[in-house]
Amino acid sequence: MSGTKKETGFTFTIDGIEVTAYAGQTIMEAADEAGVYIPRLCDHEGLRHQGSCRVCTVKAGGRSVAACTQPAAPGQAVENETPHLTKMRRDLVEMLFHEGNHLCPICEASGNCELQAMAYRLDMTEATKFPYLEPCRALDASHPDIALDTNRCISCGRCIRASQDVDGKGIFGYVGRGIHRRVAVNGENLADTDAEVTDHAISAEVCPVGCIIRKRVGFAVPIGEREFDKGLIGHDIEEKRK
Amino acid sequence: MSELPKARIATASLAGCFGCHMAILDIDERLIDLMKLVDVDRSPLTDKKRFTQRCDIGIIEGGCCNEENVHVLHDFRRNCDVLIALGQCAIMGGLPAMRNAIMHSDAPLRECLDEAYITGKYIRNTTHNVPNDPALPLLLDEVYPCSQVVEIDYQIPGCAPTGDIIFDTLSKLLTGKFRGFERDMIKFD
Ligand code: SF4
Ligand code: SF4
Ligand code: SF4
Ligand code: FES
Repeated sequence: MSGTKKETGFTFTIDGIEVTAYAGQTIMEAADEAGVYIPRLCDHEGLRHQGSCRVCTVKAGGRSVAACTQPAAPGQAVENETPHLTKMRRDLVEMLFHEGNHLCPICEASGNCELQAMAYRLDMTEATKFPYLEPCRALDASHPDIALDTNRCISCGRCIRASQDVDGKGIFGYVGRGIHRRVAVNGENLADTDAEVTDHAISAEVCPVGCIIRKRVGFAVPIGEREFDKGLIGHDIEEKRK
Repeated sequence: MSELPKARIATASLAGCFGCHMAILDIDERLIDLMKLVDVDRSPLTDKKRFTQRCDIGIIEGGCCNEENVHVLHDFRRNCDVLIALGQCAIMGGLPAMRNAIMHSDAPLRECLDEAYITGKYIRNTTHNVPNDPALPLLLDEVYPCSQVVEIDYQIPGCAPTGDIIFDTLSKLLTGKFRGFERDMIKFD
């Protein structure tokens, strides 16, 4: 397979770094393989690309595009880590904090959360310009092994795609439109669905934040040893280049 | 170091748990270095209740949950050149802000007080009233982060922030060397 791939390979640049891509690869897929990290939240390895959070926005050919859905093109000059893009990404991440109720000190996902880790990476430390929306959102603890705290849901849809495409179940889905669009379970509550704690959609890696909670496992890893205590989000990809 | 004129700092705890002030003590023996750079004015650490003079730096723990917090915060803004929000409560409301969005409630503050004083399972309150003594500061409808009430110059994240990040930030600010946080020092918990 790699033999045929190589024949169709071409190169383009990301921030001046030459990257090889193959026909059909997205900018992000090629970047990942080359050890160039492009920030992301709704995209996740092994799941269909959705292109909704726009944290992965890069400049390609003068246009802003979502690196997780945009196919790589030969000779293209892509901008990734520019002050302008970083600021835009930081604003996007900040708005996600404001759209939900993110109280990190009381969150089970703290230290393992991709949203929080992205805020660290993008230096989200200045006094905010945005209002806190503080919505009243539901908590569903009906299932014996799983709880959902939608205060922290960022509508990335990763659980929807994982449940549909990997588990073949369709436990989760979007309801509502625009700013009212929310992730909901297909049933009265989670206990009425056939969700199981062993589903891929429920696994620790799918939900980037602390919305899907596996009961009785929280706070098991001490502060200092959690995933993003050990390194900045994306460092595993960047290390491939060293 | 000792040639610099000493800076004046002031601190206050608003709607917080005092953990951020405790974290200042986590600076440990480096406090001796810090005290070479600063004099402490109005602060629970000195027990001075009022500003004796204008300060270079004001450090605020906690957000605003009642009218007294708002007065204190305004007083700090008026009397300090640089205002620092210390910790998640000051930055985004923190734990006290949990009362802002109680699930399914149209009146979260009312529901919170009712549960705390009247309907809570383990409450023994023979008066069946929510405390309403005129001496109690008036509660605000919501808990507000400091930046929503006054202009904040710097925020030191964490709950509580580590002694390291507090020491690092203060000593850099005092010597004019602060250029933002080291990324591995930024923690929201
Ligand atoms: S989900 Fe992440 S950002 Fe939200 S409260 Fe939890 S740790 Fe913080
Ligand atoms: S529950 Fe988690 S995985 Fe699902 S949409 Fe919300 S944040 Fe994304
Ligand atoms: S940020 Fe944490 S330690 Fe500081 S006052 Fe709030 S709850 Fe206490
Ligand atoms: S990761 Fe590309 S749009 Fe979300």
